Formats: sequence, structure tokens, C-alpha cells
Amino acid sequence: MTKLLAILIDGSIYASWVFLMGLGMTLIYGVMKILNIAHGSLYALGAYTSVSLIGFYYASGSYPPMLGYAMLPLAAVAVGLIAGLLIERGILRFMYGSDEVVMLLVTYSIFLILEDVAKLIWGVNPYFAYQPYGLLGTVEILDLIYPVYDFLLIGISLFCAVFVWWGLNKTRVGKLLIAVIHDREMSMAFGINVKLFFTVTFVIGAAFGALGGAVTAPKVSVVPGLGVEVIVLAFAVVVIGGLGSIEGAMIGSVIVGIVRAATVHLLPELELFVIYGVMALVLAFKPHGLFAGPEVRKI
Amino acid sequence: MNIAKDHTLRTLTIGLIVVLVFGFVAADWLRFLVQMSLATFLVVLGVMLQMRAGLVSFGQGLFYCLGAYVAGMAGYFWGITDAFLLLFAGTAACVILSIVLGFLLVRYREIFYANFSLALSMILYGLLVKAEILGSTDGFNVPYSTFLGFAPEGEALNISVFVLTCVVVYLVSLVMHRYLRSTYGYMGDAIRQNEIRVEYLGASVRRVIHKIYVIAAAISGLGGVFTAIAVGHVDPDLAYWTTSGEFVFVALLSGTANVMAPLVGAFLLELLRSYAFEYAPYTWQMILGMTMLMVILFLPGGIWSIGAKRRTEN
Repeated sequence: MTKLLAILIDGSIYASWVFLMGLGMTLIYGVMKILNIAHGSLYALGAYTSVSLIGFYYASGSYPPMLGYAMLPLAAVAVGLIAGLLIERGILRFMYGSDEVVMLLVTYSIFLILEDVAKLIWGVNPYFAYQPYGLLGTVEILDLIYPVYDFLLIGISLFCAVFVWWGLNKTRVGKLLIAVIHDREMSMAFGINVKLFFTVTFVIGAAFGALGGAVTAPKVSVVPGLGVEVIVLAFAVVVIGGLGSIEGAMIGSVIVGIVRAATVHLLPELELFVIYGVMALVLAFKPHGLFAGPEVRKI
Repeated sequence: MNIAKDHTLRTLTIGLIVVLVFGFVAADWLRFLVQMSLATFLVVLGVMLQMRAGLVSFGQGLFYCLGAYVAGMAGYFWGITDAFLLLFAGTAACVILSIVLGFLLVRYREIFYANFSLALSMILYGLLVKAEILGSTDGFNVPYSTFLGFAPEGEALNISVFVLTCVVVYLVSLVMHRYLRSTYGYMGDAIRQNEIRVEYLGASVRRVIHKIYVIAAAISGLGGVFTAIAVGHVDPDLAYWTTSGEFVFVALLSGTANVMAPLVGAFLLELLRSYAFEYAPYTWQMILGMTMLMVILFLPGGIWSIGAKRRTEN
């Protein structure tokens, strides 16, 4: 019973973490048809930035400790704006119209570049920012002790999901964006500024990636290579759910989260295998993922 | 009409002789570098074959790693050290696996092909990382090789491995060159250009892709075995997606026009890597990334296309 509960809680925490990663990735793919490998680097940049900001904040010492949490979204927005704009305006926009596979390779090169950018800015020594993690204390659920911070993570994730859903479905801009997703050329003909939408989407997607890193940073030691494994995890989530589908990313992360938590508790040897196993299994039967809509044939 | 003469055979043969002579006189580290680039070349050739058909495999590390592990395990667990047997075993394992997986993969194109191949290689990685009997993330050491009962030691062993690598790579290049100039080889090109037309002309696209996949797996496995023998150590990183990404990088950098293109590309990568580690440890990935961007933007045919353009202009 305790084990089942542990699986559920661990699973949800992990799911909310990978969802943050998958959300940005799937959003960018859905709108721009770019499978962004550099997303992992944005995650790493987010983590580094938040560690630095938190470090500055608590080193100054005179401000209320709780406000330190504001550093997390701040880091995400900063990275999203700076790195996102630089990547989209500086590189990607010259490549629009290329094959998806070419775009994949382009983002792969961006990933390689950003890996070293992080090393040049922050060096190779690990960074720690434990304050936000410890500040909230722990909570006990049926003998299981969890840091409250982990539940905050679930909250942030849910908030992002609701925010994106609301933005897409309930606002004018969101509806225009859906039009762009469905038919880029037609929306251009209707006078939608597709280029602007691309830029804004990329910045928002990048900010979500950075947010993933920013909220993870207090839990881990921030070291080079942080983003490398995250990419494939986000990849798995997005591919399982169906590229470009927000609901898919949600279901995908819940599947990955629960399945991983279950194997960690029951069969720890298979922890990594099982994630990619599920991904391959889904791909083998539904190549476009669980939730991708049928592809519309255009003449 | 002026049909360009094909000098590949001649160049390759001269290259083999030069490299062999060079191997006897060059410093150890340089010989090792050439050897590693030859092993990388084999895998890149596999990636390139698929690229010619418009398919980007982001998981060629699967077969690279499988070949290396089969060779390593044969030596480690069963005491088989004969290099020829190891080469055979590694390649055979890759062929069998790729025939099975091929049935799944032939249904995919474009980005889905890349995703699926990546997922498959990450599965192997996930298994190996947690396999304690195989040393988990550390991997294990591969025993010294023998050659049909001949068991050299020290310098002689290094030279023997080097000669074997060169000769096998030479033979593989010849066969692949013939293959690329055959009807089947051109079929890959045709599939990239227009798949439906190929079907209408009476060929089965799936069967062609399946064959390409198996051939690519076989030579990548060879590359894996050579790496295992040369380095004397195998670890799960061989199957990690960044390893596969490097192969894609070299294939893209070199271009797909000729078998010799990846040969040049693989050597450049190994050279860059060994120098960059020493002089620019924190920026060498950046150099790789920028080179790749430049190639994608300005040189879609790869380095090889520079020479090819000049040749046609003449």
C-alpha cells in the first residue's frame, strides 16, 4: 500500500518535471514543425541562470527569504527572451522552409554550441542553490517523507498546463495560433503575421524549457552535461504523446512518470530501459504518437 | 557526352598502401588516431547509406555499440580472442538484429525514422547501463586479440590490429563503392527523390530500405568491433544518442557522393577531437556545432561537393 502510494507520488513528481520539458518542445514542434534538440541546452541555461540568481539573492541577505522563489520564473523568462530570441532571430529564421530533418540537424548544432556557451559562462565546477529546496520543509504522508518543494513542482506544472490550454483555447491570440498550426499558408493569406507567431512561440517554448531547468536547479548540483539526458527524456514524452499535441505531452509525461516510478520501486535494473521501451512500443504501433491528429493531405 | 572517369578504385588502393607504410613509421598516437577514424568511418558509411535514401538515423550507435559489446563479451566471457571470429560475430549479431528491427523501421520516414532509431539505441543504452554483469556505466576491458592462432604482443599486436583494420576497411570501401554504382545503390537516391515513382517503376521501396538498413547495420557493427579491439574497452556510451549524433555530423560534413567522403570526414573529426581536447577543451563542441551549421547553410553537399564542383567545371 505504502509502495503503491510512493509510486503514485514519485510518478506524479517525475511526470510534472518531464511535462515542463515536453511542453515547450511540443509547442515549438506543433507551431513551427521544429523538433528542437537545443531544448536540453535551454534547460541547462535555465538551471544555471536560476542558480546564479538565487545565489545573488541569498548572498545579499537583507531581503525576505520567500521572495527567492521569484528568481525561478525570472530566470526562465530571462533565458527564454535572450537565448530564445537569439536562436530564433539569429539562426532559425534563415532555415524556415527546410526539411524537418534538416531543422533537426540545425537544432542539434545549436545544442552543441550552447553546451559550450554554458561552460564558457559558468565554468565546469558544480553549482548549488539549495535554499529554495530546504525552505519549505518536508511533509509526511503515511510514513513517507517528501519535501514540500516537490509538490510545488507539481503545482507549477499544472499551472503551466492550464495556462497553455487557456491561452490556446480561450484567447484570440490562441485561436489565431491554432489556425497557424493547422495551415500556415492559409493563415498567412488571411493576414496573420505568421513570422511574429513563430518568434513568440519559440520564446515561450524556450522559456518553458528554461523554467524546467530553473525549478530543478535547487534539487540537484548544476554541472555541465545537465541538458544532454533531459533532451531524450523530453523527446520520449513528446513522441509518446504525439508531436505537437499538448494533451499528448501531458498523457505522455504521466505514462513515463508512473512507469518509471513503478520500475524504480519494483525492478530498479530496468529504470532507463523502460522509458525508451515504452517510447519504442508506442512508435511501433502508433508512429505519430498516441494523440497526434490524422495528417491532413494537402494538394 | 563526357562521362567522368571513376578514380575511386585507384585512389583507395594508393591510399591503402600509403596508410600501411605510414602505419609502420608513424608515432603510436597518430597510428591510433588513423585507426579510430577508420572505425568511425565504417559507422559513418552506414549513416551515409541511409542518408542517400533520405533517411537520417539518429541511432546508428545501436549497431556500433552492439558490435563492440559482442566482440568484447566473446573475449571476456567465452575466451574467444581471434580477431576474425570477433569481426564475424559482431557483424552477424548486427545483421540479425537489423533484419528483425528492419521490419518495423521500413514503415517510417523523415523525422519518425530519426526518432525511432534513436529510441532503439537508447533502449540498448538503458539496458547496458543497468547491467551489472557487464560493468554498468563503466563497461569492461576487452582481452588482447589473436589472429588465427598467431598471438603477437606489444608493438606487434598494435601493428597487426592496424593492418587488419586498414585491409578490412579497404575491402569494405571497394564493395560499397561497387554497390553505390549498382542499380541497387542508385535506388537509394531514387527513393530520396521520389518514393512513389520508385514504386511505380516496379521496385519495392520497403525492401530497398530494409536492405540498406541491414547493410548499414553490418558495417557499423564492423566499426564497433574494430573500436573494441583498438581501444580494448567498451562502455554503454557507445550507444548514447550523442555518439550517434557525431556520426550524423560526420556524414553531413563529408557529403554522400562518394565512399571516400566519410573517410576524409572521419579523419578530420578524430584530428579535431584530439587537438581540441588539448587546446580548446571548453569550445570544441562549439566548433563542431558551428561547422555543422555552416555546412548545412552553405555546403549542403558536404566537403566532398567542393571537389566535385571543381571536377565538373573542368
